[in-house]
Parts: sequence; C-alpha cells; structure tokens
Amino acid sequence: MDITFKQVDYTYQANSPFEHKALKDLTFHLPGGSFTAIVGHTGSGKSTLLQHLNGLVRPTSGSVQIGEHTLEPKKKPKQAKELRKQVGIVFQYPEHQLFEETVEKDIAFGPRNFGVAENEISRRVKESAEAVGLDLSLLSRSPFELSGGQMRRVAIAGVLAVRPRVLVLDEPTAGLDPRGQREIMDMFYRLHKEQQLTTILVTHSMEDALTYADHMLVLDKGEKYMEGTPVDVFQDRQALQQVQLDVPEIFQFLQKTSERFGKQLAYEGENFDRLAEQLADLAGDKK
Amino acid sequence: MNNLLIVGQYVPTNSIVHRMDPRIKMLIIFFYVIFIFFANNVVSYALFTVFAVGGTLLTKVPWRFIAKGLTPVWFLIVFTFILHLFVTKEGTVLVNVFGLPIYSGALEQGAVISLRFFLLILLTSLLTLTTTPIEITDGVESLLGPLRRFKFPVHELALMMSISLRFIPTLLQETEKISNAQASRGVDFRTGPFRERVRAVIPLLVPLFVSAFKRAEELAMAMEARGYRGGEGRTKLRELQVMKRDVAALIIFIIVVAAALITRDYS
Amino acid sequence: MHAIEFKNVSFRYEEEQPYVLRNVSFQVEAGEWLAIIGHNGSGKSTIAKLMNGLLFPTEGEIIINGIPLNEENIWEIRRQVGMVFQNPDNQFVGTTVRDDVAFGLENRGVPRAEMMDRITSSLEQVRMQDYLLHEPYRLSGGQKQRVAIAGVLAISPSVIILDEATAMLDPLGRKEILDTVHRVQAAQQLGLITITHDLNEVMQAHRVLVMNDGEIWTTTVPRELVKRQTELQQIGLDVPFVTQLAHALVRQGINLAEQPIDHEELLDALWTLHSNK
Repeated sequence: MDITFKQVDYTYQANSPFEHKALKDLTFHLPGGSFTAIVGHTGSGKSTLLQHLNGLVRPTSGSVQIGEHTLEPKKKPKQAKELRKQVGIVFQYPEHQLFEETVEKDIAFGPRNFGVAENEISRRVKESAEAVGLDLSLLSRSPFELSGGQMRRVAIAGVLAVRPRVLVLDEPTAGLDPRGQREIMDMFYRLHKEQQLTTILVTHSMEDALTYADHMLVLDKGEKYMEGTPVDVFQDRQALQQVQLDVPEIFQFLQKTSERFGKQLAYEGENFDRLAEQLADLAGDKK
Repeated sequence: MNNLLIVGQYVPTNSIVHRMDPRIKMLIIFFYVIFIFFANNVVSYALFTVFAVGGTLLTKVPWRFIAKGLTPVWFLIVFTFILHLFVTKEGTVLVNVFGLPIYSGALEQGAVISLRFFLLILLTSLLTLTTTPIEITDGVESLLGPLRRFKFPVHELALMMSISLRFIPTLLQETEKISNAQASRGVDFRTGPFRERVRAVIPLLVPLFVSAFKRAEELAMAMEARGYRGGEGRTKLRELQVMKRDVAALIIFIIVVAAALITRDYS
Repeated sequence: MHAIEFKNVSFRYEEEQPYVLRNVSFQVEAGEWLAIIGHNGSGKSTIAKLMNGLLFPTEGEIIINGIPLNEENIWEIRRQVGMVFQNPDNQFVGTTVRDDVAFGLENRGVPRAEMMDRITSSLEQVRMQDYLLHEPYRLSGGQKQRVAIAGVLAISPSVIILDEATAMLDPLGRKEILDTVHRVQAAQQLGLITITHDLNEVMQAHRVLVMNDGEIWTTTVPRELVKRQTELQQIGLDVPFVTQLAHALVRQGINLAEQPIDHEELLDALWTLHSNK
C-alpha cells in the first residue's frame, strides 16, 4: 500500500496557551512494499507521524493517503476500522499491551476484533506464533509468566495475526539484549521480504536504518529534515549532527580513515571482509 | 500533552496569594466557609463578597480562566436560584409566570443562596488556582501534625499524596499509550452499544494495573535503596514558614469576619 | 580492603527453585570501573541488588569496605553504595528535581541547612543545576537519570551502581549519562559498577565481568575480552565494530600488534603498517 503525506500539519491543543505544533508541512511518499526508517531526536514528531498512519489522529491541515483511505482534517474516516486492519502498529514496549489470560487469547484478540472467523483465528495464532519464533507450548500459558523477550514476541504476534499490509514498528528492539535485538529485526526483515509488507521503522539506531531500510526520513521539530536512501543520507554527517543524530559507526570510521590516509574510501556495503580488503589495500599502498 | 491538563488548575502567576503559606490559605477558606453562613444582610454579604473578589483580583489569574473553571458550577447556581423562585412563598407576589406566582421573598432568598454558593466555590477554587498540589500536601501534613500523637499516620498519608501527585502525569501518559495500542488492535472505545464499550475497557484496565503494580514495586525498591525507612528520624527539605503577608492576610480576614458579625441583623 | 567483595555468593529466591547465581566471587577496588555484561536473565541485575542489600545471599558473603552485609549494617551499606535503576520514571520520587535529590538526604536525617548545599553541588556535578524546580514530566529520560545520579551523589557514596541505567535512553541520553559518570567517577575516585548491554560502555571500563547463566564466565580487561569474539557470540553477546573489523583484517592476512579497542587505535596500527612498507 502506498502512503502519501501532503502538507500535513498537526497541532496539539490548538488555540490554547499550550498550543504545540508537532508536525509542520510534512510531505512525503512511501511506495508500497518499501522499507522506510524514520529517525529523529526525541520530540521531532515521530510518534505523532506514526499515529496518523492508522487514523489514531487526523491531520490539522493537509491530507494523508494510505492505500484507498484518506485522512483529512474535519472528516471522520468512514472505515477507520478497515484502515486499522490493514496497518499494524508495534508500539514501543508492546508487551505493555498484553492483558488476556493466555498467550493464545491475546494473539487472537486483534483478529477477533476485526471479525475474522473462529477457525481462521486459530490458524493465524499458530502461524504468527511460529513467525515470531514462539514455542507453541507457550500458547496456553499466561503471558505474564513469560520472560520479557517472550512477552515482546507475543505482542508482536498479536499484531501480525491481523495480517496487516503495512507494518509500523516503533523502536521494536528497545530494552532487548543484542541477540534478542538482532533476532527481532531479522524476523521483521524476513516478513517484509516474504509478504512484501510495506514497513516503517521508527528507530534511534542508525545501524538498523542502514542494515534494513531502503528509504530514510529524518525529522526535526516536526519538519522533514532529510530524505533519501540511507547511504545518501549518511553522506552528510554534519547535517545529522546538527539535529543531534549521527551516522552509523562504519561511516564514522570511513570518514576518519579518509582523513588519516588522505584518500577517499567509499562505503561498499556492510561487510567487514570487504572493508578489511579496502583497508589492506590502503595500508599496503606504497608512499 | 495531557500533562498540562493536570496542572491546568494551577495557574503560575506568582502573585502574593501564590506565595502565601498554604496552611494559612486553607485555614482562611475553612473559616470563611463557616462564617459566611452568619451573613444575613446586605452589609455582611458585601463584606464577604469584597473579601473573595479582592482575593481573586490579587491572584492576577485572568477572569476568563476562573470563569472557565466555574463552568460546571454555573448550572447549579442558576438551578438553585430558579428552584427558590418557585418554591419559596414569602413576601408579596411580584409577578405571575405561566400562572405561577413569584414572591419577593423568593427572589431575595434565591439571590442570597446563589451568591453564597458562588462565593464558596470561588474562594475554594482560588486555593487550587494558586497552590501547587504538593504545597497543599505539605499544608495538610503540617495541619494534621498534632494528630501524630494519636498514632495517626500523618507522614505516610502525606507521602502517599505526594507520590500519587508525582505519578498522575505518568499514568495518564500510559493510559493514552495503551488505549492507542488497543485501538490499533481493533478495540472501539467510542462507538457501539453500552455493553460493548464497557467490555472494551478491560484491555485498557488490565495492562494499566499490571504496569502500575510494576511501577509501585520498582519505586519501592528505589526508595529502599535510597535509604527510606519510614518517617522516623527524617528531616524535611520543604518547610512552611508563616511570613508577614500571611499574618496580614489573616488579620484582614479576621477584620472582615468581625465586621460581618457586628453588622449582621440580630433581630 | 576492597570496595566490594563477593565471596562464593549463591542466590535463589526460594528453596526448591533453581539458583539465579552460583558461586560468584569477585572484587571491586576503590576508584575502579567494573562493567558487568551478560544476556538477559544471566544474573547481572541480581548481583546489583545483592550489593546494597535489596536481596541477601542464600550462601556466601558480601563485604563492602570491610563491613559485612547483613540486616544490621544495611543502612550504612546503602549509604555507601548508591544505585541507579533502569526505568527513569520509576525511581523519581520527588515532585520536582530539587525534592527528588533531597529524598535520600531527608531519609538520612541530614539537617535542612546542609541539604540545600548538597543538592546544589550534586546537581552541578551532573549539570542539572538549572532545572531545580522542574517537574519530572518536563525532563527527558537522560535528564531524569542524571537527577537520579545526583540523588545518589548527594549522600556521598563510595560506590555507584548503574543497573542498566542507559537501556531505556536514546543515544543522546546514553552519551549524557556516560559522560557524566565518567567525569564524576574520575573526579571522586568512586567505585563504579555498570551493568549494561552497551558495548561502548564496556570498552570504557577498567575491567569486565561476563555473566552467563548465573555464573561468572570470565573476568578480564576489555581488550582481552574482545579477542574471544566467537565465544562471546555463542553466549548471546556482541563484540564492537572495531573488534569485528580487526578480526576481518586478520582474515585478510594483516596482523595487528595489539587488539585495538577504538577507531583511533585501529587507525594507528594501520598507519604504522602503511608507513613501514
């Protein structure tokens, strides 16, 4: 599903002394099946943007187009529920949304709300539990008995069980250990590839943006600050630093190497062996 | 953003009323509420009115704000007035409305009761407009201090109040987060039959409770790690002090009350 | 005398339950920075809670600055061992920054006159002096954690424990906290224990203790630790960028004299190779 923002403004508590503009004149287009990373310092408007994606809020002015659904200022979307069925959001610390007695019921909660048939639901529960790497023996357990990492997987399975066409991820790996982080991100990437899911990842990790995204949007104070492929965006370290962001470590290292050896080293993919080859050549250079 | 609603009541204009000792403010309001019932003629009512309106002016809080805060009460005030118009049957008949006689005494009494009601609400709302919740807590702790002798857990009560105040914005934020998450999973909090909507609250309440308990547990641990072991042997950073302005306010209040008591009708 | 000493400490929550920690022994010296790492559930946080008596060992002994940890000494030990927890929101007790820093002082009956000085100076150390009357919801996660550190500093402890105190922060907040503790620790010769997943944090520490399934996997210095890349990955831990690159260079037939721990060291080594050609 294509996603288009057209000159979107969003203002909290308009016309009060506490008025606050969270989004300003935001315009961008994300083609269906793309993987976009949205980055920005805390308070840059990321979470407000995210709430537009399934109609939790509507723009104060401008318009948002998600597939066939349009969000406009004073018009209540006719099929808000249909939109939410198609756009799944994994919120930050999604395990906080668990509430059912069993893991199975919790995963089934979304599909049931969206009117999926009972026999279909049990199939989807199994399928999404497997997708997130959750042992099926856990289905009958209470989600509150599980470890933090497992709870996170249950919550994610609950979103996947609705079978969204767009998957929005708000810092999905926060608080996990390095292995857990990688497993979860690899899983999302696999789903993105297998099902051509349009994926939007809100993250602080420039490494993740580089590894997984094909498109990148940098926000600052509610405005679009930069947009492009991650590799393009990471060419301008200074611009990113001005908004308290930075480039991935590999770009930092390449920059330092170039300065030290007086020779421009290009980024050639995130591969240590390739980088080592480049460095070996460089070190081996006759003066 | 909804954090702002919480402090919404408190308007930080840093006026002389803001800087007053919360205990004095609470004492004045307490006795005002009692003594206003002694007013029974124009002069005594005028005195109490001048005191409340004068106090309001001193707070420098815009009237617009105060009026807005009183919105839900206006209805009650007007309702009380109208009720009195039709129920009280004293004095002479002034006019007939739809065949119902309105007596002069009714007009008078309705006005008086509505005025009293209005003044009470105005003055009490001044407390919350000019005093932060934590100052109110300090004031309550200090005023209840003597009860400690009777084993009343004054310190615990105050600590409970201040921690609740501290966590209200956090929990509100949490509520919004969870309700967004559940709405995204297809819960409809706003439409549908009543029974459905009540059911929709469960996915909101359970996670909220779980999280509140977890927070409480972690907070208790953090407090213990920071050496908290009850009220005994504790010192306090916040100390309330009665200043000249508090004494002045108290004196003015006593004069107003005395004058009102002298001028009221005793016949 | 060690700042902290664990002697064969084992711990389980209840009898019949499996041990969370088994036979853990280590020391931390005054002025030393020890990083403790391990995957989630490896027992790291249990160690932290044992260090200031939030839990008591099932077996073994813990000695803090020569004082054995037991029910009697617990308040003295909590004065010496300050602790900052993971969630910035769940340890902020006061309604303002000033009140929160005061909390620990009030608990210990510090006279009011002295309190204000201590509050100001500890807030200055974490560079939060301009936020004295701010309510917690107006602060970022990193700022709240700095206030938590100030609260600990105000009672002048000899050891500070950061129990995943940076885990919930964004990169900027994380940097703020690390810079802060680094500065404070160096200035006051405090013992510092950071429990973390953050590799950069580990590389800055003097020593590293690696936990795995309730046991000490190894205690070493960061430079030695990262040599064991494959093994570390097997127990669910990562190694830093520089280490991975250094290993790739070895695969290219380039041998570096010493395991580099940051960009500069690696570049220096490459430069040396380059110049010697």
